[in-house]
Amino acid sequence: METKLAEETFLTDDFLRQLINVGEVDILVGLPTHNNAKTIGSIVHTIQSGILQCFPRERAVIINADGGSRDGSTELVTGASIDDVRPASNLYALRTLHAISTQYASSPASGVALRTILAAAELLRAKACVVLSPESANIEPEWLAKLLHPVRRDGFDLVTPTYRRHKFEGLLITNLLYPMVRALYGVGIREAYTPEFGFSSRLGSHFLAQNAWNDGTGGTGVELRFALAAIAGGYRICQSFLGEKDHIERHAADLVPALRQTVGTLFSALEPDFPVWSTVAGSRPVPTTGADQEVLLEPLRVNRKRLREMFSTGVAELESVFESILSPSTLAELQRIARQGEEEFHYSGELWVKTVYEFAAAYQRSVISRDHIIQALAPIFRGRAFTFLMENRDASAEDVENNIEGLCLEFERLKPYLLQMWKSRE
Amino acid sequence: MREMIISELIQALHDLARGFAHFLPRLIVMLILAFAGWVIAYVVKVVLRSILKLIKFDKLSENAGASQLLTRAALPSATELLTRFVFWVAWLGFILLGVSVLGILGLQEQIARFFLFVPRLFVAMFILFLGLLSASFFSRAALLAAVNANVPSPRVLSLAVRSIIIVFVLSIVFEELGLAEQTMLVAFGIAFGALMFGLAIAFGMGGRGLAQRFLEKKFVRGKKEENEDELSPL
Repeated sequence: METKLAEETFLTDDFLRQLINVGEVDILVGLPTHNNAKTIGSIVHTIQSGILQCFPRERAVIINADGGSRDGSTELVTGASIDDVRPASNLYALRTLHAISTQYASSPASGVALRTILAAAELLRAKACVVLSPESANIEPEWLAKLLHPVRRDGFDLVTPTYRRHKFEGLLITNLLYPMVRALYGVGIREAYTPEFGFSSRLGSHFLAQNAWNDGTGGTGVELRFALAAIAGGYRICQSFLGEKDHIERHAADLVPALRQTVGTLFSALEPDFPVWSTVAGSRPVPTTGADQEVLLEPLRVNRKRLREMFSTGVAELESVFESILSPSTLAELQRIARQGEEEFHYSGELWVKTVYEFAAAYQRSVISRDHIIQALAPIFRGRAFTFLMENRDASAEDVENNIEGLCLEFERLKPYLLQMWKSRE
Repeated sequence: MREMIISELIQALHDLARGFAHFLPRLIVMLILAFAGWVIAYVVKVVLRSILKLIKFDKLSENAGASQLLTRAALPSATELLTRFVFWVAWLGFILLGVSVLGILGLQEQIARFFLFVPRLFVAMFILFLGLLSASFFSRAALLAAVNANVPSPRVLSLAVRSIIIVFVLSIVFEELGLAEQTMLVAFGIAFGALMFGLAIAFGMGGRGLAQRFLEKKFVRGKKEENEDELSPL
């Protein structure tokens, strides 16, 4: 271990010294931060409460991987005392709860943060680990148990969350990520891209050993890569219902980074994972603790007109780009619906799936810059989002679920279309 | 007198024969050089074609927008064009080397200038190719960014980016080739200045609202935008 520490690890000497002081642990809580002083204090207290309530006999540590905070986030993590929690909870831990902070860089990089947490977990021989988002304002102490118990008690390797969400929240997940991951990999994970998840030490070590850390992306979408690595590696996966998902206000400009983190990561994983997904037929549900997914139905103000307009403008203006990516028939069909008025506009599931698969094949062939391919998907996604909003405007929770299920089956039905394109270009 | 004339004629014939005997081996050397040059140029062409196919040069040139230009001009593919160009330059080089062996006065200097020009020609072509590649990349990046930011007239913006880069690259290429340097410098200065002046006027006249909205969004707190009710994608 000493040789490894001295020669192979990328961790700083100071951080290593702190880890050595901690010794072995049972539970590791990873907390990547970057200027989260507003929320991090309450999150650390919630984590401490969770450990007191659910794991009082376990040796636990909080590892804070910080990306250059200047607002004192790291001091808030290391300075939070478990004594502040005890009077309220009336509980006592039988072990010391450590909190260690390290600054891995002067700017945030989710990949490096996760790598730091995984390396620490491996060095401390943590049996079960959980990564939590520093922005989860509505985090509950029970989240720890929900994400860690399936690993500790039931031998699962990856625990992904499910949430209570509004039916129109997370449209990129419901319309692309979930159905495509399910159709290609055959595993129905609702939230493959999530900032909160639990995992076993063997999965952590497996992912840590994968030599994909210096790919120049700074770890964009590393959470999704982690989930896909678990699926491709045949690890045991389950889901756990956490409750309400934070609504983080996002603007139109957030769509492209979101596409890079999710769709870009998924498309880039398809190439090395081809032997895995090309042989999968159909899909299987993932064992879930609690509700599979809860849907909120209250009215939500959405600028539908703008979505459709940006789709139509995008299809017209990016014709030269789409000619390199899409087949003539798909492009012609998109141009046809782009000319339709708001009432008759309908971007069917079949056309959407074909579009996404053709984008994936174009990404594999690198017909143009891969990042440009991902950016070009943004206006098209807005068209699909518009149709989803219109279709589910008055839909019940059950109807919404049925529509999503229908889309998943469409992705599965058209999988041979992707395979055909993929193989013809190899 | 008669003997003198005959003697001079014989002398002239001897000189001619000597000159021919002196020239013939050089001619043979030139022909050998030309033939060897053809063989070497052909081998270089074949090897270069294989390398270009291996690195998918046609795809690169398609991305650069060069393939479209070639198709419009009814020219062969970029790989074929480049290999033919290299073949002819290489062969011509050997032929000129052979010609220099002939020792014809006045040609030596021209041949030396040609050999000095060849590397500059290659560098100029390389700059042109990279320029076209970057013009295509950055104009597409501008187009995508403008469409996704909902900026009006994204294609005009993209075309402006492409034009600026191409004008800039052409001026470098001409300078590298040493062709009409002064003219190109003045033309570039005028064209670039006019473009910037035009853009400044266009931005001032047409972009007032855009600049106002940008500054309001940047500095005026609490002003809600209409597009803020877009849904969270994740």
